[in-house]
Amino acid sequence: MLAAHLPALQVVIPLLAAPLCALFRRGFIGWLIAVVANWLAFAASIGLLFRVMNEGVISYAMGGWAPPIGIEYRVDMINVFVLLVVSGVGAVIIPFARTGTAARFNDTDQAWFYTMYLLALTGLLGVTITGDAFNIFVFLEISSLASYVMIAMGRDRRALTAAYQYLIMGTVGATFIVIGIGLLWAMTGTLNMADLAQRIPEINHTRPVLAALAFLAVGISLKLALFPLHLWLPNAYAYAPAVASAFLAGTATKVAIYLFLRFFYTVFGGGEFFASTPIPAMFLALSIVAMFAASTVAVFQADVKRMFAYSSVAQVGFITLGISMVSDAGLTAAMVHLFNHAIMKAGIFMLLGAVMFRLGSVKLEDMAGIGRKMPFTMAGIVILGLGLIGTPGTSGFVSKWWIVLAALEKDQWWLVALILVASLITMIYVGRIVEVAYFREPSAKAVTLREAPLMMLIPAYVLVAATIYFGLDTEWSVGLAQRAAAALLAGTY
Amino acid sequence: MMRDTVILRVVVKLLLPAILIFALYVQFHGEYGPGGGFQAGVAAAAAIILYGMIFGIDEAQKVVPRRIVNTMIPLGVLIFAGTGVASMFLGENYLNYSPFASKPVNGQHVGILVVEAGVFITVASTMLAIFYVFGGRADEADQRADEAGKKGGEG
Repeated sequence: MLAAHLPALQVVIPLLAAPLCALFRRGFIGWLIAVVANWLAFAASIGLLFRVMNEGVISYAMGGWAPPIGIEYRVDMINVFVLLVVSGVGAVIIPFARTGTAARFNDTDQAWFYTMYLLALTGLLGVTITGDAFNIFVFLEISSLASYVMIAMGRDRRALTAAYQYLIMGTVGATFIVIGIGLLWAMTGTLNMADLAQRIPEINHTRPVLAALAFLAVGISLKLALFPLHLWLPNAYAYAPAVASAFLAGTATKVAIYLFLRFFYTVFGGGEFFASTPIPAMFLALSIVAMFAASTVAVFQADVKRMFAYSSVAQVGFITLGISMVSDAGLTAAMVHLFNHAIMKAGIFMLLGAVMFRLGSVKLEDMAGIGRKMPFTMAGIVILGLGLIGTPGTSGFVSKWWIVLAALEKDQWWLVALILVASLITMIYVGRIVEVAYFREPSAKAVTLREAPLMMLIPAYVLVAATIYFGLDTEWSVGLAQRAAAALLAGTY
Repeated sequence: MMRDTVILRVVVKLLLPAILIFALYVQFHGEYGPGGGFQAGVAAAAAIILYGMIFGIDEAQKVVPRRIVNTMIPLGVLIFAGTGVASMFLGENYLNYSPFASKPVNGQHVGILVVEAGVFITVASTMLAIFYVFGGRADEADQRADEAGKKGGEG
């Protein structure tokens, strides 16, 4: 019975847990509920993975109403991979959340924080698993509204304006998405994506469908923080509480990327149609600008959290670069980097949360000499930073390898050169942190520092270990990504 | 202060039962006609909000205390989501109401009523919570203005 209901349970478990946290309104109980719910959700993702590997695409009819009339949850190789990333990153982050949250908030606020966290998780998992276009919009709003609240709970007062800015930009993005979905519905009379995927290819040259394409491209690009539409991201990640930064950096933009792939490859009719639109060319140009501009801005940041927020924009550039190539290797690179970047960035933001917890600041100047005082925390940041650069032996190398491979496949040597130079810029900002943290005298504040508590270090080190593990053994991550890429290119659903 | 306006107080007292009855009508008629838990919840909350606007927010909080409002918000969501879990335990897909009664049609009736009750609870309490938060701020501002006025008078 349980296996049959896994698609529903995937979303329902965190959805039920969220009001429970709000009902009990105790920090510890809320945290316990969040941990159990998140781990169960992760278990459900693993169960779904096994089911998809064994029996192919799973379809689950909500309320027993058969698709395409009813809402359908549809799981295939592409979204099960994203489900694993989202619930997995959450499952590692949530044990970490206890220490910092308990130190800052009273019981009620802690419980609300976990409620919001679980709602964000529900929304992101829902967007990923659902096969209904309008349902996507609903879940997107659930996750976005919950994220705004989480960001606004940041320590810095500027978190409020950051959350407000994200709210405005996020709402504009969501509106564009719903207009796009509305146009598709007007043209086909269906909201079921598998059904849309059958009907759209016949009419994908008509004006309304092309308009829908444009609206969806802009709306989703806003959500995934593609270069000129990324303005909400740096402040939101910089001023949010550590847990929220780590969780959103690891999952929110990744789900938006999945959404992009789902719409443009699956619904509009495979790689062939996508290649015939101007979107790949635009994505190529914007991705390159993102890789350079955002990395360069990151180098000059004084706040380390903001630095890595800009780095996220650059890394999203690497993923969209892979998407723009419309090839097997390119999409594999995008999917692998989606996975690897989620792990690395979540880990970095968690460790920065540990620094914030001890030092009360993540300004670069305040972090002088803390490499000696918090050796494990800083070593973790350095290893994950090396992963971002793409050093061999880390998972970042695997992603870069596949992107370079995809570029070489098309004989685009200039692109290979650009990717390598962009990686060098990453090296500069990671290098700045290493220089300040290890080679400068500790500031007066840093002298009395102690290592971060184990409750924070252990979860972060799970991600550090994963970064190294997936750099050495790529069978699992690349294997799944390749299967997802093949399914995307073929446009099967 | 509205508290001194006799006409408003009498009219509101007369209107309140009508608004609440209308809310219940919309609630239980939702499956046959326009309406449902969301609209009914807003109408019911509007009754309490009107009462609060005329008789003061403290009086409204005597009728529906903050503590209850804060409990009702998650409770409604739990009822909705829990209904779906109940269908699962009865061997059907999530939110399939058919097994709730001996005949599937009756089961669907029962299911939609329970789910709409959940929606009603959450929507009504959320509206009230928003009103209490903003209304509470106005009271605080009034108090501050009063204190400032007193100080000014003494000086």
